[in-house]
Order: sequence, then structure tokens, then C-alpha cells
Amino acid sequence: MEYEIKTEGQYTILMISGEVDLYYSPRAREQILKHLGDKKHLLVDLSGVEYIDSSGVASLVEGLQLAKSSQLEFGLIGVSDAAMQVLQLARLDKVFPIHASVSERLDSNK
Amino acid sequence: MKNDNKDIVIEVKDLVTHYGDRLILDQVNLEVRKGEVMVIMGGSGSGKTTLLRHLLGLHQATSGSILLLGKDITKMAAKDLYELRRKMGVAFQGGALFSSMNVGENVKLPLREHTKLDDKTMDIMCRMKLEVVNLSGFEDLMPAELSGGMTKRVALARAVIMDPKLLFFDEPSAGLDPVVSAELDELILKLKSAMNMSIVVVTHELESAFRIADRITMLDNGKILITGTVDEVRNSDNKRIQDMLNRRPSDTVINAEEYLGRLTGEI
Amino acid sequence: MKQYAGRQGSIPIRLFLENLGRRTIDAIEELGYIFSLFVESIYWIIQGKKQSQPVSVPTIFREIAMTGVYAVPIVSLLCFSVGMMSAIQGIETLKVFGAESQVIVGIALAITREFSPLIVGIIVAGRSGSAITARLGTMQESQEIDALRVIGISPVRYLAAPLLIAMLVAVPALTILGDLMGLVGGGIYTSITLDMSMNVYMNRCLDILAVDDVRQGLIKSIVFATIIVLVGLSNGFQVRGGAEGVGKATTRSVVMSISCIVFADMIFTYFLNR
Repeated sequence: MEYEIKTEGQYTILMISGEVDLYYSPRAREQILKHLGDKKHLLVDLSGVEYIDSSGVASLVEGLQLAKSSQLEFGLIGVSDAAMQVLQLARLDKVFPIHASVSERLDSNK
Repeated sequence: MKNDNKDIVIEVKDLVTHYGDRLILDQVNLEVRKGEVMVIMGGSGSGKTTLLRHLLGLHQATSGSILLLGKDITKMAAKDLYELRRKMGVAFQGGALFSSMNVGENVKLPLREHTKLDDKTMDIMCRMKLEVVNLSGFEDLMPAELSGGMTKRVALARAVIMDPKLLFFDEPSAGLDPVVSAELDELILKLKSAMNMSIVVVTHELESAFRIADRITMLDNGKILITGTVDEVRNSDNKRIQDMLNRRPSDTVINAEEYLGRLTGEI
Repeated sequence: MKQYAGRQGSIPIRLFLENLGRRTIDAIEELGYIFSLFVESIYWIIQGKKQSQPVSVPTIFREIAMTGVYAVPIVSLLCFSVGMMSAIQGIETLKVFGAESQVIVGIALAITREFSPLIVGIIVAGRSGSAITARLGTMQESQEIDALRVIGISPVRYLAAPLLIAMLVAVPALTILGDLMGLVGGGIYTSITLDMSMNVYMNRCLDILAVDDVRQGLIKSIVFATIIVLVGLSNGFQVRGGAEGVGKATTRSVVMSISCIVFADMIFTYFLNR
């Protein structure tokens, strides 16, 4: 798993790629919680993710919860079919704000 | 150590096993493909439970090999088997929940053993899996407080907590009423499609087997009668298979002399 | 009919020999199993941490509480009674020689070397040895042990190793408690009957007792603890046949560990007193 951080407008974008599994999800979690802790609106870009397991999804859930409680925005970008199925299995596809791309999210603010 | 054919996740070759002096499995060959539900069927005493226990690496085989994800577990070092077990989930017949732990702790146990995830992550994962098996909010109950169907569903949640590549399920329908058993079958199909798992189910329930199976293997007296799709099994003209499908008892030919000897104990 | 005649004639002696042979093999097999349990437990205790599969410390403490702390009242009561009993018997016997005051030697040595470890051993075998077998047997029957194994948890590491450590702490500790209670029990009767203050009695006891006497008792108690755990475990792991099987195994476990304890005690007493 690799990650990259970008800033666009008021958003911090965390781009994750590779496999988010039991070994790597703690690192993804650490990043998510860190940026939310810095009071940044966070978009997690999953388009480069080849595989995400439930520990990865659990980290996203924790991020969403933290964002809500600190009144920040938290969204997912570029959710692949495979990742979508994992979300659907746990009925989480309705819980996360999911956007096709970063620009889509930015445009809707205008 | 990759298998030539990447689509085969389980490969049993010429497996022979004994219990004491008694021959239980005789030259069993079996392949399970990636992403399929393979149902192992047979009456009691057919050896299906023994086959499952060998697939789980719980017994020592007399001869033959068992390849899980391309690795032979009959010749494997304990450490490698330990690694492999991360990729396997097992739901036992009676659930086999640890009676001293509540539902949540039971489900999280594999995570505690194999990972260093944060407690919070484990909690969320556990609740997600309980959600999948329709038992959200039950994590504080003790196993003794659960019904039979609930116990099996918790066992299933524990089996899939690590998102395994291989899932084994022993007798999902045993001891359940038809409605609950159908629900469990649905759950197995749901897991298969969403998590791309390869699933081995051992059962003696025809109805359930036909509902969930991609392919069926029928065992009889330690030998494989047939391995094939549901239709292939249904349309087989093997008498023994038809007997089993139509629930006819086997009528073995009686050797009068031998029978008399058996009864009088003089053989 | 000829073939039967020959066979029947040889049945009693042959059956006896067959039986004897089978039982001997079974016994050796069981002994081997018990020994392998011991070795494997020690392996996990030493190597567990390196393999990132440590023996659970909280479990150890829980087991110490179960086998040790909760046995304190009964151990105290029984050792106290045995101490007093030795005083009564000792004084009655020594009266014949007019040497009643020598009773303290007898009490002090008998309690620390013999009675206290033995009584603690028997109580712990009855309380905890049976509980170990029953618990493991039930887990075996409900496939919980299999579940541990397929999760990748060694049942020996998870269930056996913590018990072994706990027992090795609890049983010697109980034995020291038993020593004290036995001496006090003997002291109360002695001081009243021989018109001696408790202080004097205790001082005499301490004069008589060498470190070696207490150590002898403690060595025994360590051996007893190991016997109880291993016998309890091996019977539990090998349970077959449902609830009835668990019951049978439990009984067998208690009888076997008490027999082994008494037998080991005899051997040890012989060698430690040479």
C-alpha cells in the first residue's frame, strides 16, 4: 500500500493505492485520523486501490465517525467495483458520501 | 510454490486415511476452484467429516497430499501452516464458540491472535461482520444465550472476520428448522459473491446442497462416487447416487452364511 | 468343531496376556503423551514471545486465583486439623516414653516435609485437576479445541501453558500456607496440653526446622503441581463420548493424579531422606 497527500481548496485528499489489507490498513487509519485531527476536510481517493478488506473499511468507518463528531467533511472518491462490493456487503454504500472524482465534489460546492 | 493452475485453490490427491486400523478415506481426489461453492455430500459414515478435518489440517493422513492455495499442508512446517490459517475460516457444526467469551470476543479472537490492529478497528470489523450475518447488537451476549441458528451465524462471522480466501462450513443446516437453514444458505451465497471466497460446505441435506452448490462431491464408504455440477449429479445414472438422492436405503446383498456367522459371533 | 475346541482352551490365559500387553502399551502411550504435553508447554513458555504467540499473562493470574486463592480456606482448615491431629497422636504416643515435649520435633518435620504438600496436592487435584479435565473435555466435545487449532492458536499454548505456570506458583504457595497452618494447629493443642506458651512453641519449631525441611516440601509440591496439571490436561484432551465421557475422564483424572501424587511422594521421601 502506498499513499499520497494533496491539497485542493479546503480539502485534503488522501490518495491510497495498492492493497489495503490487515497489514497495511493501520497505516491508512493513521493517516485518516491524523488529517481529521488537524481539522481538515478529508476526501479519500480509492481509485488506485486493488484490494481492500474489512480492516480497511473499518478504518474508513472510523474516519467518517470522527469527521461527523468534529463537523468535518469526509468522503470517498473513485470507489472501484471490488471495493463497492465490500461496502455493500456491510450495507455501508449508503453511509459514506461517495463521489466520482475530486472535481465533481468541488464543482458541487459552486 | 505457485500451482500451475491458479484457479484451483484446493487440490486433494490420492488421499488415504485410517482411524486406527480402519480405512476411512480411500484414494480421494478433489479439486475446488476459485470462487466456487463446493458441497461435499454423503451419509453418516461416508467419510465426509473426516475429509473436512483433513482439509483443515486437524489429522495426519496415511498417504496422499492436500494442497491449499498451492501449498501442501501434509508436509508443511508448523509456522507455514500458522501463516496459511490466516487465509482460512472455519464454521464448525455446533458453532464451537468459546463459552467463556461473549459473542464479540469470539468473533474478534482471530484478529487478536493474528493482527496488531487497533481495538477500535477490531470493534468496527466485528460489528460489520455481525451486521452481515444479521446479528448486529448481539456482541455482548454469551454463547449460552444464543439459539442454534444464531450460534451458527456467530460462528460464520468469526470464520470470515479475517476475510479469508477459503471458507469451510460443516453442516450449516444440521439441527435448524427449514426457514433458518434457508437463511444460512442465502448468507453463504452472499459471502461468495461479495467476498470472492471459495467455499467448502459439508452437508447431508440434499435441498441445501442443491441450493448453494456450484459443484457437488458425493462420498460413499470413503470413496468418491461423483464430482460434478448439480445437474450432472442429478442426472447421474449411478444407482448408489440415485439411491441417495431419493433417500432409499442401500440394500446390500446378504451372504447367508456370512450373516449367520456375524450374528452368532463365530466369524 | 475342532478349530473351536483348540481356541477355547487357550482363551483365559491368552485373553489375560493380550489384555496385559494392550494395557501396557496404552500406559506407555499415555505416558509419552503426557511427557510431550509437558515439553510443548515448556516450549511455549520459553519460545512463545519470540514467535509472537506469548502465553497470556492475565490467564495465568486468573488461574492462580482459581487454583490458589480460592483454595486458601479449605487448605487452611485441613492443614490446621492435620497439625492438631499430629499433636494429639504424637503426645499420646510419646507419653509412653514420657517424652511429650519431643512432640514438637515430630510435628514440625511431619507437617513441612509430608503432610502439608500431600494435603495441598490432594485438595488441588480434587478441586482443580478435575476442573481442568472437565473444562478441556467439554471444549473437546464442543469442538472448541479444533476451533482454536484452525484459528492457529496452539491449544497447548493457550490452555495448557498458563495452567502449568499458575499451578507451579499456586501449589508451592499453598504448601507454605499449609506449613504455617499445620504448625499453628499443632501448636494450639501442644501449648494447651503441655502448658507451654505459643511463643515458646513457635521458637522451638523454628529451631528444629532447617531450610532443607521446608525445601523438601516445596520440591514435592512442585512435582505434585506438575502431575496434577499434566494428568488433568491429558485426560481432558483425550475425552471421547459426550457428557458421559467428560464425567468418566474427570473421575479418572482425579483418581490418577492422587495416585500419582501419593506414589511420587513415597519415592521422593525415600530419596530425599537418604
